[in-house]
Amino acid sequence: MKPAPFEHHAPLTVEQAVSVLTEVGHDGKVLAGGQSLIPILNMRLASPAHLVDINRVAGLDTVEVTAEAVRVGALVRHAGLERSESAYAALPLLRQALVNVAHPAIRNRGTTVGSIAHADAAGEMPAILALTDGVVEVAGPSGTREIAWSDFFLGALETSLAAEELAVAVRFGRFPAGTGTAFTEAARRHGDYAMAGVGVALTVADGVVSGARASFVSVTDVPSVLDLGPVLDGVEPGSGEWDAALDTAAEAVRGHVDPEGDIHASADYRRMLVTELTRRVLPQAADRATTPAPNAAFDRGSAVTTLSSTSSTAFGGQGASHD
Amino acid sequence: MTDTTPATETLHDVTVSVNGVRHSAAVPARRLLSDFVRHDLELTGTHVGCEHGVCGACTVLVDGQPMRSCLMFAVTAQDHAITTVEGLCSAPDARTVPTGESMNPVQQAFAECHGLQCGFCTPGFLTTVTAYLEENSSPTSEQAREAISGNLCRCTGYQNIVKSVLRAAEIKAERAEEHA
Repeated sequence: MKPAPFEHHAPLTVEQAVSVLTEVGHDGKVLAGGQSLIPILNMRLASPAHLVDINRVAGLDTVEVTAEAVRVGALVRHAGLERSESAYAALPLLRQALVNVAHPAIRNRGTTVGSIAHADAAGEMPAILALTDGVVEVAGPSGTREIAWSDFFLGALETSLAAEELAVAVRFGRFPAGTGTAFTEAARRHGDYAMAGVGVALTVADGVVSGARASFVSVTDVPSVLDLGPVLDGVEPGSGEWDAALDTAAEAVRGHVDPEGDIHASADYRRMLVTELTRRVLPQAADRATTPAPNAAFDRGSAVTTLSSTSSTAFGGQGASHD
Repeated sequence: MTDTTPATETLHDVTVSVNGVRHSAAVPARRLLSDFVRHDLELTGTHVGCEHGVCGACTVLVDGQPMRSCLMFAVTAQDHAITTVEGLCSAPDARTVPTGESMNPVQQAFAECHGLQCGFCTPGFLTTVTAYLEENSSPTSEQAREAISGNLCRCTGYQNIVKSVLRAAEIKAERAEEHA
């Protein structure tokens, strides 16, 4: 359970990091938070000859909020983004999802951009990048480029990032006014990888739904977005049609996902789970769409949904802080 | 550990501040912070369980924040102030106790409430709970459970650990009041 020997590089600038990555090519791996990488190294599932440790690179640890997006630098820890009040005000979905990422001690070290670059289908933040129509900002030997989320994720643990490139930031897109979001997942144990998870964004205009989308954790190979507009648009949340529309949306999810079974849950069970979870989060998102001020206590409290629980706010309460 | 290091492996001079004391050692880049603390500094209070971030036994405070020392390299830890379980009893609120009380409130609570049996997981719980009470000084039982959800204990069944967290919050408040 010790990593194989490697050469440690500690660049101080993005240019230096890219230059080292270019030099070492496929023998190199970027180390940011290391909360996914170091377990892999410890178990010797991988043994790269070079680690490019970007923890001392200047200028990568900021969260910036613009009118269109929340931009998160490559050294922003999950916990830092989770606590950022400006990010929360601009895009509550981030905190709603981040409280589900592993445990607080892992979130204190792990980075959001690293989690996205790792591209695990069981990761929350790749799904959130997709749901927000996000972009990855990349630095390479020939300058910078931007990769849309849909071009970024190629397969399980596989992205379109080249060996000599460094993901320096991601931009999560903000939603139009009148949009409510919600995220939930179900895991065997608290903080474990989810058996299934779902995030939704639902826009309400003039009292009826005008746009809804969902993305998923652990039930698709790569992050993918399902447009629920066709089944929910024009329906008034809470009206007589609403329940039937939610059932139709849940069925659309069942058809969209393609889970694989493993020791934790069969494919059928995961499909059932994500269908039910979607049915639960859509009304939450609809409530939030019609309630302008984000409810921080609720978002912090909804980290875990267990299917046996009748309350979705298992750990709620004023002043709750899990990190 | 050093004896088994291949001769060809480059050693790095690593200086890490642990419990307020600067320690230096020449170690390979792959030296985990947990092994650096235990083998190179001989601070064996930090325990190593799963070595992939699941069990929480190796949790130390990095600039006051709980992190897994098995998921950090010593070379990366150089820029930070590390607190291990050995450093908890000199935490500021314990220093203010003039009665010779050497344990911090969390340590005292775990002793009072039987929050441990074999003690293997305890260093991780103590560091985690010490940091947590800095953020939430009066947790509910549910919040206490949430706070320790990243630490595994195979002896206690957790009931007494939850009690210990709640009791630690009381002791901390009592001490603050006594010395206000």
